[in-house]
Amino acid sequence: MTTRTIRYIKSAVFLLALAPFLVLGYRFQTGNLGTDPVQWITHFTGNWTVYLLLASLAITPVRRLSPALGWLVRLRRMLGLFAFFYATLHLLTYVFLFSGFDLTGALTSLRAHDLAALRQQWLAVWPTMVDDIKKRRFIQVGLASYVILLALAVTSSQWVMRAMGGKPWQRLHRLVYLAAVLGIVHYWWLVKKGVLSPLRDTLVLAVLLLARPAYRLLTRKRTVRARPARTAA
Amino acid sequence: MLIGKAPEFKSSEITPREKFLNRRNLIFGGLAAAGLAYEWRKKMPPLYTPSVLAATKLPTVPGKAPAVSDTVTPQGKATSYNNFYEFGTDKADPKANAGKLHTRPWSVKIDGLVNNPQTIDIDALMRYRPLEDRTYRFRCVEAWSMIIPWVGYSLSELIKFVDPKPSAKYIEFYTLADRKQMDLPGGFDWPYTEGLRMDEAMHPLTLLTFGSYGQTLENQQGAPVRVIVPWKYGFKSAKSIVRMRFSDAQPQTTWNQMAAEEYGFYANVNPAHSHPRWSQAHERRIDSSVFPRTIPTLPFNGYGSEVAALYTGMDLNRSY
Repeated sequence: MTTRTIRYIKSAVFLLALAPFLVLGYRFQTGNLGTDPVQWITHFTGNWTVYLLLASLAITPVRRLSPALGWLVRLRRMLGLFAFFYATLHLLTYVFLFSGFDLTGALTSLRAHDLAALRQQWLAVWPTMVDDIKKRRFIQVGLASYVILLALAVTSSQWVMRAMGGKPWQRLHRLVYLAAVLGIVHYWWLVKKGVLSPLRDTLVLAVLLLARPAYRLLTRKRTVRARPARTAA
Repeated sequence: MLIGKAPEFKSSEITPREKFLNRRNLIFGGLAAAGLAYEWRKKMPPLYTPSVLAATKLPTVPGKAPAVSDTVTPQGKATSYNNFYEFGTDKADPKANAGKLHTRPWSVKIDGLVNNPQTIDIDALMRYRPLEDRTYRFRCVEAWSMIIPWVGYSLSELIKFVDPKPSAKYIEFYTLADRKQMDLPGGFDWPYTEGLRMDEAMHPLTLLTFGSYGQTLENQQGAPVRVIVPWKYGFKSAKSIVRMRFSDAQPQTTWNQMAAEEYGFYANVNPAHSHPRWSQAHERRIDSSVFPRTIPTLPFNGYGSEVAALYTGMDLNRSY
């Protein structure tokens, strides 16, 4: 795989990962966000956060299937950053649309440069959000997951990695597993009892997480088997 | 039984089937129509309207309901965004899947502590009292709301007719649970049941509902008959009712059994009592605008002056 080919692949994956955002923008423009747009946007951005997080977690197990797939690792950071991007949209949706914030009113105040009114509108919903963080466990785990993704995003560059040193950086970035688990827990805790919609994502995450110890077990067996062969030679 | 004649609809009033049915429904509709025609030849049953599977315009009179100043939710939105878990848990599922539901023949069994227990045919039930147009606010426990013009008459009319015994303190509604017509997803204890205290059921605002927007209910809205209790969260308003049972004890109700701390038996709309997972202080009003406004939720969904007296002396934060 030449660097040039990888660059093409990266551009293609970039566009693919951006596509949901473009779809969102297009549907917003055309007023095609379903009957309850706030709910639609919340679910859409939440789902794509999970999908991209799962995609970034799939890189390692898939890459291990064949040495020819080693280049996949070069897509991982981009997928992780896109997960963070959609998580940010999800959080903004919660803050400005879901919490009861009067967005239409706020835009009117903004256009009128009425900052006092804007401040009032913000103060009207801020306690709801504080209340959510204090009381609601699905909000707590969701926020915790976001904080992890934020930390990983700001330390994602080569430059930070070098400054931190490989080992500590890797240790920090292993938190992505926790972020994914918290994300899925967030999903289970927010749906009504009896609703099984998070099951599919949960199974995918379980497979991706179990692939790691399975791989370790498999490679250990292989090295054990390889040893007597060497002595025979 | 008290019911005599067929509804007097002119065939010109019948909405063309193609207008209302999508392709899948057309197939089901065709099958059902063939089945119906066969039934007809066999038994010459009391008349059902031949167009039972399509929306039918209903003859209505102006209703006695408090005026709602807000604009009515477009019919397309009210019939494509529904919680009817028997047909799937996503809000788009009911519209996609409810075409399988056969709303004729249909009857409602009335039993329990009543002097006049019986099974009433839907067309008879529909014609027992003049159908009123009543526009109500509809507030879902999920913090969205609509304004819907329902068609029906007060449930109290039916209750008076079946004459509950003095010992009857509650009424319980059973929704159809038929695996042949419904998906009935796992994790729930079907049939769906809901219940009201007798004074709530007798309140004139509680509507025995057969239609909306001047025509019969769409299947996904709970056709052919449901209740609408406008001052309570939507899940209290049972759909596609096949049985009403009068009892002396508070009935077990579906969502209350699933998660009592989230869905109380009373479930009166109350901005001061949060759902464990979100505040109920606001609601997203689904109207004709592309982006719904967020508006404050009113106690008893704005029907406080009519119904608050039912709950005097009760701690509504504990009996939520």
